[in-house]
Amino acid sequence: MGKTLAEKVWDEHVVRSVEGEPDLLYIDLHLIHEVTSPQAFDGLRLAGRRVRRPDLTLATEDHNVPTLDWDQPIADPVSKTQVDTLRKNAAEFGVRLHPLGDVEQGIVHVVGPQLGLTQPGMTIVCGDSHTSTHGAFGAIAFGIGTSEVEHVLATQTLMQAKPKTMAVTVNGSLPEGVTSKDLILYLIAQTGTGGGQGYIVEYRGEAIEALSMEGRMTVCNMSIEWGAKAGMIAPDQTTFDYIEGKPEAPKGAEWDAAVAHWKTLVTDADATFDKEIVIDAADVTPFVTWGTNPGQGVPLGANVPSPEDFADPSDKLATEKALEYMGLTAGTPMREVKVDTVFVGSCTNGRIEDLRLAAEIIKGHKVAEGTRLLVVPGSVRVRLQAMEEGLDQVFIEAGAEWRGAGCSMCLGMNPDTLAPQERSASTSNRNFEGRQGKGGRTHLVSVPVAAATAVRGTLSSPADLETVEA
Amino acid sequence: MEKFTSHTGTALPLRRSNVDTDQIIPAVYLKRVTRTGFEDGLFAAWRNDPEFVANKPEYQGVSILVAGPDFGTGSSREHAVWALMDYGFKVVLSSRFADIFRGNSGKAGLLSVPVDQDVIEQLWAMIEADPTTQVTVDLEARTVTAGDLTAEFQIDDYTRYRLLNGLDDIGITLGNEGDISAYENERPTWKPVTQHA
Ligand code: SF4
Repeated sequence: MGKTLAEKVWDEHVVRSVEGEPDLLYIDLHLIHEVTSPQAFDGLRLAGRRVRRPDLTLATEDHNVPTLDWDQPIADPVSKTQVDTLRKNAAEFGVRLHPLGDVEQGIVHVVGPQLGLTQPGMTIVCGDSHTSTHGAFGAIAFGIGTSEVEHVLATQTLMQAKPKTMAVTVNGSLPEGVTSKDLILYLIAQTGTGGGQGYIVEYRGEAIEALSMEGRMTVCNMSIEWGAKAGMIAPDQTTFDYIEGKPEAPKGAEWDAAVAHWKTLVTDADATFDKEIVIDAADVTPFVTWGTNPGQGVPLGANVPSPEDFADPSDKLATEKALEYMGLTAGTPMREVKVDTVFVGSCTNGRIEDLRLAAEIIKGHKVAEGTRLLVVPGSVRVRLQAMEEGLDQVFIEAGAEWRGAGCSMCLGMNPDTLAPQERSASTSNRNFEGRQGKGGRTHLVSVPVAAATAVRGTLSSPADLETVEA
Repeated sequence: MEKFTSHTGTALPLRRSNVDTDQIIPAVYLKRVTRTGFEDGLFAAWRNDPEFVANKPEYQGVSILVAGPDFGTGSSREHAVWALMDYGFKVVLSSRFADIFRGNSGKAGLLSVPVDQDVIEQLWAMIEADPTTQVTVDLEARTVTAGDLTAEFQIDDYTRYRLLNGLDDIGITLGNEGDISAYENERPTWKPVTQHA
């Protein structure tokens, strides 16, 4: 019987397999950041261990770093200690680090792919749940806990039970103006936040094949938001073209050997998945969340749902609580929801294509009175590329804040946070209570919706802008 | 990880059930960058209360925690185990442990021992009557003894083997070093590296 993509990649990495025990899996790339690594390094130190493969390890600073005044010492002492600790650990254990101020610094999941370190058929881990992003290249990539970070540092392996596999097939093509972010929000709303639990999910079908690498990363990034262990997309010409020429991509004969192997990384025709979901891309419309988990979403054209819309008593209660937290009234058209802050950025939508799309929509418009727009590139490279293309000027002229690279307002850890009750439209991936700051209210949106919302001040799509004076 | 064969010491009677990981160590103590030094966060909310059992002079220097059922529920934070160990505990006894806590404790070298609730009750009575009571937890024999009380406990062979030999997961994996090196020798040369010679 044939194998799925996930099974092929998994099997290629089994170092040791014993009946009744988890597999020992080799890890090709270990990404590290300041928040989840300090205890792991401390553990190594206490046990007198070293990092087995510093050459398969890469560290960057992203969660705790400011996006303004990044040439100044970090003001928050706790954040500063975490960042300083990473710097000390990287130096002591010989790990390559791209610190704040370095041209390769950025969100760990943006940095890996742009360096060409993320390649098909790899196993990639990081002490961060959105490691699933890298699955867009046909890699098995997932987040791990601090003990596991230490385990990988010391052994370059992980003990892992083999997950089940699921196929999500997206037939047809996405309607004009609908992005992969809308697709994944739509999918999570259909399946619920636990729908992917226990599975490595392979996204396939025409609509997935038509996506750019960056669009694919957005989809895989949010796999974790519906509970999946990892998300994957089979590598194809789009993948190879993206990687070719990147700093750490194979060159010459090595490139040919790599591509020859990568071409085998597809699910065999006679392979079976443990579960399959089929969706029609034509059904997807601009999608926004109204609640406090990524599964609580509706089309932008819909109204805020009512607890009465749900049959299940626990859904009713969850809806009631979410509406209360979000300060929303059932039945209000989503388009009438007024937004204080628009955040364009994060490892979900902080890459160059995202900034181009945002700039294209905003060009010639102004950010609405009473609304602020934060544009935060996912990495310094993205920032520089955007500046070379003049996108920064477009944002600045529209009245937006053009920031330095990092996780920024994706999570309430660094200085970029929402105030209590402040409402955001955010291109990030989590709308949990307090995620963007204590009491903050988050609506997850795509880049076009974010840009249009910034111009109109209420949740909007670019089509709504035709009525606004350009 | 240190080898664990048998441990004898005085015990703390914690007459509470459902002690979750937020009670063991509140989130505000998780910002530290080290793996040690969490003892000040242990039971932090209760430690302000002079009447809290751990604050009593007769229970200083304890190394065995005798807790009520459902110990260690809640979040998966490994800091809960670290805090107990940093405080000086080697063993936790309870009639029921949360799975994740039990897994984490086995990883870190804290022995969590499930015994029947009536054994817990007898231990509580005995310790409260005489806080200097010596309790012995023998992993080899799988028994808990105190005074004339002897109780057996269950522990899976794999965890027991690891604790007896002082092997953490990393230690075990490094025991298969040969397999890892063999795998590394076969890895394609075009796989990327982050550092170049
Ligand atoms: S951008 Fe957000 S989701 Fe991504 S790594 Fe940073 S904090 Fe996590």
